[in-house]
Amino acid sequence: MSEIPSELRFMASHEWIRVENDGTAYVGISDHAQSALGDLVYVELPEVGDTITAGDEAGVVESVKAASDIYAPLTGEVVAINEALNDNPELVNSDPYGDGWIYRIRMADPEELEDLLSAEEYAEQIEEEADDQAED
Amino acid sequence: MPYVPHTDEDVRIMLDTIGVASIDALFDEIPAEIRAKPLLEIPSGRTEMDVTRLVGERAAADGNVINFLGAGAYEHHIPAAVWDIISRGEFMTAYTPYQAEASQGTLQVIYEFQSLMAHLTAMDVSNASLYDGGSALAEAALMAVRANRKSQSGRVLVLENVNPFYCDAARNIVGNQHIEIVKVPFDATTGNVDQAALDAYAGQDFAALVVAMPSFFGTLEDVHALTDWAHANRMLMVAVVNPTALAVLTPPGEWGQKGADIVVGEGQPLGVPLSSGGPYVGFICCRNEIVRQLPGRIIGRTVDLEGKRGFTLTLQAREQHIRRSKATSNICTNQGLAMAAATIYLSLLGAEGLARVAQACHANTRKLIASLSEIPGVSVAHQSAFFHEAVLRLPKNAAEVVAALAEQRIAGGLALGEFFPDHENALLVCATEMRNDADIARYQAALRQILA
Amino acid sequence: MLIFERGQAGRRAVAQAPSTTDDLHDIPAALQRKQKPLLPEVGEMQVVRHYTNLSRKNFSIDTHFYPLGSCTMKYNPRGAHRAAMQAGFLGRHPLAHESISQGFLACLYELQEVLKGVTGMKGVSLTPMAGAQGEFAGVAMIRAYHEARKDHERKEILIPSAAHGTNPATAVMCGYKVREIPVNDEGDVDVDALRDAVGPQTAGLMMTNPSTCGVFERSVREIAEIVHAAGGLLYYDGANLNAILGKVRPGDMGFDVMHMNLHKTFATPHGGGGPGAGPVGVGERLLPYLPIPMVGKDEIEGKPRYRWLTEADIPQTIGRLSTFMGNAGVLLRAHYYASVLGREGLLRVGEFSTLNANYLMKKVQDAGFQLAYPKRRATHEFIITLNKQAKELHVSAMDFAKRILDYGYHAPTTYFPLLIPECWLIEPTETESRDELDGFVKAMVQIQAEAENNPELVRGAPYSQPVRRLDDVRAARELDLVWRPTAEQ
Repeated sequence: MSEIPSELRFMASHEWIRVENDGTAYVGISDHAQSALGDLVYVELPEVGDTITAGDEAGVVESVKAASDIYAPLTGEVVAINEALNDNPELVNSDPYGDGWIYRIRMADPEELEDLLSAEEYAEQIEEEADDQAED
Repeated sequence: MPYVPHTDEDVRIMLDTIGVASIDALFDEIPAEIRAKPLLEIPSGRTEMDVTRLVGERAAADGNVINFLGAGAYEHHIPAAVWDIISRGEFMTAYTPYQAEASQGTLQVIYEFQSLMAHLTAMDVSNASLYDGGSALAEAALMAVRANRKSQSGRVLVLENVNPFYCDAARNIVGNQHIEIVKVPFDATTGNVDQAALDAYAGQDFAALVVAMPSFFGTLEDVHALTDWAHANRMLMVAVVNPTALAVLTPPGEWGQKGADIVVGEGQPLGVPLSSGGPYVGFICCRNEIVRQLPGRIIGRTVDLEGKRGFTLTLQAREQHIRRSKATSNICTNQGLAMAAATIYLSLLGAEGLARVAQACHANTRKLIASLSEIPGVSVAHQSAFFHEAVLRLPKNAAEVVAALAEQRIAGGLALGEFFPDHENALLVCATEMRNDADIARYQAALRQILA
Repeated sequence: MLIFERGQAGRRAVAQAPSTTDDLHDIPAALQRKQKPLLPEVGEMQVVRHYTNLSRKNFSIDTHFYPLGSCTMKYNPRGAHRAAMQAGFLGRHPLAHESISQGFLACLYELQEVLKGVTGMKGVSLTPMAGAQGEFAGVAMIRAYHEARKDHERKEILIPSAAHGTNPATAVMCGYKVREIPVNDEGDVDVDALRDAVGPQTAGLMMTNPSTCGVFERSVREIAEIVHAAGGLLYYDGANLNAILGKVRPGDMGFDVMHMNLHKTFATPHGGGGPGAGPVGVGERLLPYLPIPMVGKDEIEGKPRYRWLTEADIPQTIGRLSTFMGNAGVLLRAHYYASVLGREGLLRVGEFSTLNANYLMKKVQDAGFQLAYPKRRATHEFIITLNKQAKELHVSAMDFAKRILDYGYHAPTTYFPLLIPECWLIEPTETESRDELDGFVKAMVQIQAEAENNPELVRGAPYSQPVRRLDDVRAARELDLVWRPTAEQ
């Protein structure tokens, strides 16, 4: 069973969001997502200053045999990116909720947070996905 | 039937195993109304002996032509060893190296090819090859648009003296993605870029500037100044080069202050026969910073689980079989055989041998244009430095001259009227190291007679 | 060892370069290379030995059974290679005058006619250099057709979810959006979902038939009607044409445009990943848009006279896609193959490739392996799933694939199509004998026993190859794409 910190919010497409006190939020991919992708070999980051809209593609995570888009959970401006991932993409595997964060965004509309999944809802979703798989 | 080993007994056993009465019964899921009728319009089969004879006569009919044609495809000496080795079934009849452990031969050859091309162009990396020079230019334009994040226009500037076949292919391939190729005219007296026309684009939004060395006319641009101009105007520099020339001319990695960003070209001169235009081998090299934008296959060196060195396909997540609609290109193949030929050719020639080939070609072309210019009314068109190819101005329509020369089994060059306005009398000629003084004398005599 | 590492300063293959050097006084110093490129310094025999030994590290059709699904690895006749390697063809410059090119042009013209015959198409252009470029040409023609009719709203290409990745990549290269259509439990396109998806935005549908699921798409006529009724065109991906050669023609199924992979169906060598050739065929509506150059035939005083067809003949063409005219040498090999087989032989390609696949499928099923579509006929290929082995024995389809190399067989295609978990796509082709197929099944049975009794053995495979399993993660994280002397030691 993968780890799902209760203080985070999630997208159905497996991104997590951690809201800070200053109106910004960190974005990464969940423990479940990193484990499904396997060893990451590259993370394509957005650029600081990019303005992105909720639901847009904001980057890509690549393993040897798969590539997956990272969608933007919120609208806003990218204020920081995790440059350590350029040389060490494996941080997303080893610490998906900490050193493996991907970018930080200044929220334009905090109400968008309401559209995201809670930790419990996200846990239910991945359980359902696992059940579907078992039926194959 | 040819190439099917089954005996009647085999077929009977196989049908019994499957549990059907006939082979035709295996097609029972195909709706009856669309089943094919006998293919009467296709001739009956023949033996190897018969077909070999027919095709042999046709090949002979096209042979024994003495070649002064270049224009992107060059007749060089090919060491006998090159195609003897390539024709080994282990190279020729293998597939794309999906099972790396069972494909180390092909994979290592590709790694060596990538290394050779990177050193020849003085660039950081190369891919495993593309189809040919023209399609390589298309891929370079697409790559430049992806890689140049400062540019939003989807426009690429191309000097008009870049091979017009490349420009056509590139325009047709990239046009549907709303990428525009904008041509910068050349100066008729030099054959090189019209600097004033280029300067008119300074400060505008283009993803890249494309410059050829040598140009289609054989002329040599000031590639250092053009590279710096491109960078000063926030464009990537795309170089189109002849690999033979790189033995003696400044490699694109050393052009200007910062060097070119993407280098493409036709690898045919490296051990690949003229063979009517293909299979050839396009190449593409670039700087490390934009390697993830490279299209096509790329081979990397790694280790196996015992730490032994080995080679494998890498950066596959860019490719169509994983990224599907978001792939860098739809390309699946490289030009494996021709790529292997180029690798073996470069190994046999080395830096010294390739430089000698380049020097001999250039010396022969100098002799050729000197000899033909002795004929009244024939002159060299451009007052510029050139390499191993040049344009002559004739006193008569060049296409008619080419047709007349063909009757004497001389491929006399390319008539340029079809490609550039006011060039009806212009003829692009080339003499590689394969031509000797007697060949040149024969050409001069034939041309003299035709123009008389 | 790399060829670079075999070098000695100053060594070279003396016989292979001109014996004299000439000056380059007329070329400005600023444009001359200052430092020689770092190429190998080796002798001729070293080169021959190095590459001959490298060739021995490859599996190939000439050395091994190579049942790579969707790739049609059949025997590549040596006669075809020799025919294309004759001096008159090798020495012909691509821009040589037509008057000294009649032999070559005659071969190409005949090949165009054969391809029209076996596909039921009205016109064929040979110029695309690989299947992917043929796909590009085909979809570009669909686009040119709609644009010529000023039908600018058609922005979407429909693609079954099991399709090759090239299909969506190609649609995007042609400026289209992609919409996927689901495939049902028996491998057929979900026709109801298709009906819901089509509309005035539909430019066309791309389809492989037999499909990538290894089964014949039974509803193909209905699919064609639905797409045509909506104003779209049908694209046929010829990847699996080998299965139906002579039995059913794409033109008769209702397709408007298609490509053929000559390196599959017409037995030209794959060369370790190319060159291919991907001619395109079209029905009536797309004839004006075929890519150039093509070959035309005139009669002059009762004798055939071949010539290039260019923009002057086909003014609405999508144009040239290669520097010259595509992979001519591959086309000559395909011409030879078609000439030797003739209409009877081409028919039997479809028959015997289907016989071999159905026989192998039955043997594999009888040996206890799980078929992906047990209720269906195999076409020229079929899919098994090793999902049970993966779940219960923790031995994956990849492990099985690596282990079968040790038995002297190239592995089938693994993990494609994506919608079947832990799958193998197996394509034996018509040129393999019954005993070869039996030997392959025997090896599978033995690996199954190993997976049950000693799974570690299978997971650690291969053992017989020049290298053990390679570290792909390291290859991608620590990119080493070019040999440099400083990178050593």
